[in-house]
Amino acid sequence: MATTAADRSEPPAARPRRSELQAERVRAARLFLLPMLVALALVAAWPLLRTVYFSFTNTSLSNLAGGEWIGFDNYLTWRTLSSGKTIWRGTLVDPAWWNAVWNTFRFAIISVSIETVLGLLVALVLNAEFRGRAIVRAAILIPWAIPTIVSAKLWAWLFNDQFGMVNDMLMSLGLIDHKIAWTANVDTAMYAVLIVDIWKTTPFMALLCLAGLQMIPRDMYEAAKIDGIHPVKVFFRVTLPLVKPALMVAVIFRLLDALRIFDLIYVLTPNSSATKTMSVISRENLIDFDKFAYGSAQSTLLFLIIAISVILYIWLGRVDLGGQKQ
Amino acid sequence: MNAVKTGAFYLAVVVIVVVAVFPFYYAIVTSLKTGTALFEVNYWPREFNFQNYVSVMQQGAFPRNILNSILVATLTVGFALFLGVTASYALARVRFRGRTLLLLTILGVSMFPQIAVLAGLFELIRFLGIFNTPWALVLSYTIFTLPFTVWVLTTFMRDLPVEIEEAAIVDGATPWQIIFKVFMPLMWPALVTTGLLAFIGAWNEFLFALTFTSSNTTRTVPVAIALLSGATQYETPWGIIMAASVIVTVPLIILVLIFQRKIVAGLTAGGVKG
Repeated sequence: MATTAADRSEPPAARPRRSELQAERVRAARLFLLPMLVALALVAAWPLLRTVYFSFTNTSLSNLAGGEWIGFDNYLTWRTLSSGKTIWRGTLVDPAWWNAVWNTFRFAIISVSIETVLGLLVALVLNAEFRGRAIVRAAILIPWAIPTIVSAKLWAWLFNDQFGMVNDMLMSLGLIDHKIAWTANVDTAMYAVLIVDIWKTTPFMALLCLAGLQMIPRDMYEAAKIDGIHPVKVFFRVTLPLVKPALMVAVIFRLLDALRIFDLIYVLTPNSSATKTMSVISRENLIDFDKFAYGSAQSTLLFLIIAISVILYIWLGRVDLGGQKQ
Repeated sequence: MNAVKTGAFYLAVVVIVVVAVFPFYYAIVTSLKTGTALFEVNYWPREFNFQNYVSVMQQGAFPRNILNSILVATLTVGFALFLGVTASYALARVRFRGRTLLLLTILGVSMFPQIAVLAGLFELIRFLGIFNTPWALVLSYTIFTLPFTVWVLTTFMRDLPVEIEEAAIVDGATPWQIIFKVFMPLMWPALVTTGLLAFIGAWNEFLFALTFTSSNTTRTVPVAIALLSGATQYETPWGIIMAASVIVTVPLIILVLIFQRKIVAGLTAGGVKG
């Protein structure tokens, strides 16, 4: 970009020197990119390849170098007994794994949908001009600023079955007649996780939606007002289509985050089969249960599942990530 | 009709503010209670007892954990900004083949699920002999700080005027001098934003910190808070946990409120995770 502009302003006589300069700039650029590329290769590409490799071995946590190649055994293997019965083993037939996959998708789809709707609503409120708008804007940044672990602990206390505020409030309002163990009960654990996640990330959604809303020219609304069009119709015909590209990008970042969720669930509902996600079960096998290779196989599957979901989403939703199309 | 509308609107505003602020307010109220007062639900503070704060700062390794977090987050920011500035200069200002592909690859890395690299990183960290040290965390945090730093800084640097750079080239400045003498002074807003977001990311990170440190004295605050336990297994020290939570969150909230506008601009530019 810089060079094309420079090329034009230079007389033709200076051509050779100019390309020399360009060549030197490209050389410098390569040098400048090298540290970043090395860093990314070291912390992303190489560990990912090693994880995939481990998934085909029987490596254990205590003996990282001593793994042997066992092919697809961590994924799927079978043995036929003398009675003619076939026993299947591996992650792909592990009900705990499929339960985690189901939990992850259930969590991701419900939380991101609700966050998108609520985020858009909050953004619409913040886009209006009213007194104290700055205070509201600052207030909604607070849940976002709180570390995830802190918010998990905070809500664990609010949801506490004996002394929690939530049970106390619902009891005094007469909505429930006995105290509920929100985080421990398998029926409510997922609700608890969803509530905390929605509380924490709706602000992020709202800010991204707000940025999209503020790009819409005000005179469009004025024109609609003069024509006497109902505000609800204006929202669905003007606001929503115009804010949609920004919304689609926000949704994909949230979806990626939701699909790899670990910390909130690990702290808020430890060891609950109702909320255990792919990340939680993988780490459990990798580190806690000393099934390092088995956990690696689950990590590899998680990577594939997330990659495929994202590609599908971008392809089906025609998301414009770089903002290049117009 | 209009009065009803205005009333409903302000009701919505009040609900938003209360829902956003109340849980943290309740944590502060709880942190100021001790003994049996903890087990009563009060919506207003009844006592101002700072015993929990004293306990958390005196017992165990919590002050040490705070220092660890500060050290790790600062080093992470420095590392990410240094690599990010040089790389984004190359990506934003120099034309070369494969630039778009490289940018897309970087975006791809920012979407990596961290658990997918956990096994490989664990081996690498053991191999380098930095397991259970702050360096393990500084190294591993690069995976999420570097991509978005590069992405945001590239966007920012692309918009800087060409003339400044041309003038520097005519004066015989090397690319190195262009970055650090010409661009750096112009880039403070972008550097503050990305630096702050990287700091918050590193301060809050849990999965790597939980896996790559193993002793009380090397842990960072999120792990320390998650593992705070009482005298017995069945007794959770809620007062102390809330005090610790308030201590590590208040500085963050102050920073975020001071730099509100910059953070929002950075978030919308990079679509960074929350």
